[in-house]
Amino acid sequence: MQRNPNHTTIVTVEKVIEETPTVRTLVYSDDVMPNVLPGQFAMVWIPGVNELPMSVMISQESGKAAFTVRKHGAASTGLFNIQPGQKIGIRGPYGNSFDIKAGKLLLVGGGTGLVPMMRLITNLTPSHDVTLLIGAKTKDEVFFEDLANQLLKDNKHQVLVSTDDGSYGENGFVTDLVEKLVSENHFDGVYVCGPEKMMYKTVQSAHSRGIFVQASLERMMKCGVGICGSCCIGEDLVCHDGTIFDGEHLSKNKEFGYFHRNKAGILENY
Amino acid sequence: MNDTFKKGTRESNQLLYSKLGSIYTVDTNLATSIGSINLERPVMLASGILGISLDVFNRLYRSGAGAVVTKSLSTEPWEGYPNPTIFGLGGGGWINAVGLSNPGAANFAKMIEPNKDVPIVVSLVGSVPEDFEQMVKEFENCKVTAYELNLSCPHVAKVGLEVGDDPELVKQIVSSVKNTTNVPVIAKVGLGTTHYLKTVETAIDSGVDAITAINTVRAMAIDVETQRPILSNKFGGLSGTPIKPIALRCVYEISSKFDIPIIGCGGVSTWEDAIEFFLAGASAIQLGSAIGDNWIDVFSQINNGISDYMKKKNFSTIKEMVGLAKKS
Repeated sequence: MQRNPNHTTIVTVEKVIEETPTVRTLVYSDDVMPNVLPGQFAMVWIPGVNELPMSVMISQESGKAAFTVRKHGAASTGLFNIQPGQKIGIRGPYGNSFDIKAGKLLLVGGGTGLVPMMRLITNLTPSHDVTLLIGAKTKDEVFFEDLANQLLKDNKHQVLVSTDDGSYGENGFVTDLVEKLVSENHFDGVYVCGPEKMMYKTVQSAHSRGIFVQASLERMMKCGVGICGSCCIGEDLVCHDGTIFDGEHLSKNKEFGYFHRNKAGILENY
Repeated sequence: MNDTFKKGTRESNQLLYSKLGSIYTVDTNLATSIGSINLERPVMLASGILGISLDVFNRLYRSGAGAVVTKSLSTEPWEGYPNPTIFGLGGGGWINAVGLSNPGAANFAKMIEPNKDVPIVVSLVGSVPEDFEQMVKEFENCKVTAYELNLSCPHVAKVGLEVGDDPELVKQIVSSVKNTTNVPVIAKVGLGTTHYLKTVETAIDSGVDAITAINTVRAMAIDVETQRPILSNKFGGLSGTPIKPIALRCVYEISSKFDIPIIGCGGVSTWEDAIEFFLAGASAIQLGSAIGDNWIDVFSQINNGISDYMKKKNFSTIKEMVGLAKKS
């Protein structure tokens, strides 16, 4: 019988990978999550702590999936602190997925925004020519560079890292690198996930040149199924209509890049 | 560079709607009246669901909602409970304890001030009559179709059901809101410790214009693997398909006992459900949980189903159906 996606399923975390001092990947076995589409997310319950939306990370082991979490607030720190053998609850998958164009693609990920990019990469064909940009504040916060190179080994590809402080890779904001690349090269599709301002600028750079671009948005979520309204952005519900929106749609949304709603539903500036 | 990227203002989204999809239409007269509240269509969005932004209200209205009921607003912004706040039972049943999160009446009033098109029913929650009076005054410059007093939320202390269970408080709150505004006032009742018919009677005696029945029913879910309640608040409200027969019974009982317009609420997910509520005595229905299963297409689906039923059964207005099941 098909599992009810809205009914929490308990899984056991089998392995914890330390990506950086503040980012860990938690690997678990599951029937559904290893096969979700790139960009889809799960609502992840840390019993006794909270529940939060997480993009579903790939695992290179069959029958397994993962969550890659940066410790930040109470919920994400609760997930970060989960040890092998401990149980978490998952429901979903929820949300739409990236429309993968043929040809030359630019993927841009900031921090844990790289998670949907890793799953996107596993859905590409060898004919795709891929440029992946990894944006980080500093060298210590760079992760998934080796993984990306390994996943893309059969493709024509380049993985570029930029750090805000110049301690590794290119010096500067990843969005400056995006602007440079799209102004000097042809791309058939641009995909971005990361901090809102980073996505906003990336979408701006690509869309203003007529390049197909999609961003995976993040908002405060409670239900994940389009009922509670917490994640609305303009007239869209990020959990149900997204999380992935294309540049054309986002260009008409006056909240994207500027406002998000807090837990009470009040608009706040980014 | 695309000009639309340059400015991010909260109001400017309004401009988009003139360009977006056209409004739901149907060739049958689906208009209904709940006392002096006139709606073009009888299917309303229930409180607590999606009711947070005017942009979404516009979208729901275009999708076929006859009116939208806002989240229950309080005098101050409330964050609500931590997650998990919702649990899907499957088969159209849900348990939630969102905890009445809302931006507060003043912020909300400012947000809906530009509204011209959408019939908005403002849901209010509070502990004392003064809370309600203060909030009603915040909406003086807004187009408000009605106020719905939430006397029945089952999972937040000191408000909701705790108020609805206290006849004296119900009387004071209804009377004070009626004295503060000329806009129609609806009382939303639920199943608490005081018999709900007593609450209905008190609200009617205090001058309420209509009754919404029912709210969610206090419930819980426990995870057997981790052996703990799933919702962070432990208790929540059961909604959706499982409570429909109960809500239907309540509407039938209220309409049998009192002469008051009723809005049926609880587990409506199909047009047959809506018709059942009309036949039991409701002049309109509200839905929410069905959106979790069928998305907002549920509004047009139910409207279309009602329309087809009316043609088949030769009804020319919703009103002709209201309470018909009581004839036998």
